[in-house]
Amino acid sequence: MDIILEGIRQAFILLVTFDPEVLGITWFSLKVSGTATFISLFFGMSVGTVVALTQFPGRKFVVSLINTGMALPPVVVGLFVTIFLWRNGPLGFMEILYTPAAMILAQAIIATPIVTGISLASMQQLPKKLRLQILALGATRLQMVRILIREARLPLLAAVMAGFGGVISEVGASIMVGGNIKGYTRVLTTATVMETSRGNFDIAIALGIILLLFAYAINLVLTYVQQRERPR
Amino acid sequence: MTKILEAKNLKVIRGGSLLVDVPGMEIFERETLSLIGPNGAGKTTLLQALSYLMKPSAGQILFRGQAVGAAQPKLEYRRRLAMVFQEPLLFDTTVFGNAVSGLKIRGIGGSAAQRIVESQLERFGIAHLRDRSARTLSGGEAQRTSLARAFAISPEILFLDEPFAALDPPTREAIVTDLEKVLTETKTTTIMATHDRNEALRLSDRIAVMEGGRIAQIDKPVVVMNQPADEFVASFVGTETILEGEVRGVNETALMVRVNGSEIEVVGKGKPGERVVLCIRPENVTLSIPDGNVKTSARNVFRGSIGRIVPLGLFHRVEIACGFPLVAYVTTHALEDLALRESTEVTASVKATAIHVIRKSGL
Repeated sequence: MDIILEGIRQAFILLVTFDPEVLGITWFSLKVSGTATFISLFFGMSVGTVVALTQFPGRKFVVSLINTGMALPPVVVGLFVTIFLWRNGPLGFMEILYTPAAMILAQAIIATPIVTGISLASMQQLPKKLRLQILALGATRLQMVRILIREARLPLLAAVMAGFGGVISEVGASIMVGGNIKGYTRVLTTATVMETSRGNFDIAIALGIILLLFAYAINLVLTYVQQRERPR
Repeated sequence: MTKILEAKNLKVIRGGSLLVDVPGMEIFERETLSLIGPNGAGKTTLLQALSYLMKPSAGQILFRGQAVGAAQPKLEYRRRLAMVFQEPLLFDTTVFGNAVSGLKIRGIGGSAAQRIVESQLERFGIAHLRDRSARTLSGGEAQRTSLARAFAISPEILFLDEPFAALDPPTREAIVTDLEKVLTETKTTTIMATHDRNEALRLSDRIAVMEGGRIAQIDKPVVVMNQPADEFVASFVGTETILEGEVRGVNETALMVRVNGSEIEVVGKGKPGERVVLCIRPENVTLSIPDGNVKTSARNVFRGSIGRIVPLGLFHRVEIACGFPLVAYVTTHALEDLALRESTEVTASVKATAIHVIRKSGL
């Protein structure tokens, strides 16, 4: 028990004294995962909206692919991104393996299906007749899409949060394509893995607490969004 | 009367079934037309085809003489009309934000839009809710917001699809009263789908009765109610007694029709031997206790005994077996006065002018 209590005590000291290393890793994690989420938002929301609002043959198959993508194992993504970025791989010429760019790429690939799937679901949740009402109000197609996105803004926020939550907490891809290089590609999760293996539980617990705080904040927003009702 | 909208050979086919089949239909400026009929009769589909929210499978919609989708582009047409559905379908914003949305879509904003919207909120009694979130509104308030949103764009045609069906009776009554007033003031051409014939009678200049995607009859309320075109319309507008018979005798004004062995005198046209259907509204049947000297101006007096009595609130529905089944509506007061109960012997009288004749051979 002592080892845990001592670890927690040390962790709090690190947190309240704003330990530069912990702070640096946290800030870098936010930057990488935030950028990756932003990129996934662009692709995910566009694809999600299009699939939600159109009918085409094979639509169900596409939806099933997106849903499978939501559960994409980060290690598998890490594996393929590594292969592609390998010196003699198809994208080896970019020379970005073991750089933050590679991490952003891998995390964006993990987050995109999540954002797509949740965007799709949130657009589909809107009442079907709402589209008729918008058309009856004289909207062009573009105006209709804009209004529908506005109507789904809170569930879409959930898509952002879920995407961000998925990538900030993943470790497999980040360690494979980033390499956990100190001060360069080290993020909360990869640092936690390393410190734990070294027996530095205090710093590992401090990083863990920060991750938990992120998870809590994300779920707080998600819960609020889920409980909210649409107007009649 | 100027024609504002016309449907020609309109057909809507979805999933292999013919949902709407209207060879011709005209809507006149400033009138209120109700589409009534049972569920699945095609009221909503016809409404959506007329408003071009649903593309007709065949035929044409002419708006002020111009074909919608051709001479009259679809979007421009839609921008000249408004639609209110059974569900308020409000946007997740304030009451004001909802009411102004049609104007914003048309690129109208600023103080001009604000003035228009505020007068509409006033008109529908929701000015005090202006800044409330649409999520916090009651059903009635939400539907008022939806109506204000529709009227804000000063539509040339207003489409209403069962707009009051989801409301409780007092709320419904209040909104119908307000809408009635607004329609009288603005004289907006209105097409309303409803399954409530009382609502239709109250608001409409004309009523179209629909069955199986077709318009069975379209006419003034008083005509549809008292001179239904066929048995379906008759039963839908509340004609309780519908009898098949054969014309036996004809004089200048009246026919003698034989129904199940009874002779019924009616005012109408027909030829001897012709098959006809007689429609008797329950309000037009008078009941009395037989006392030997019946004093009535009615030509048709039948003796019979009461079958079932069903209370309907202010009056009772009384079934009488008098050689044929006859239904009368009797006020609760009269029911007690005459001490009517099941198997009481009564005299039922119906004026010859109160019976509508449908000629089968003419169809």
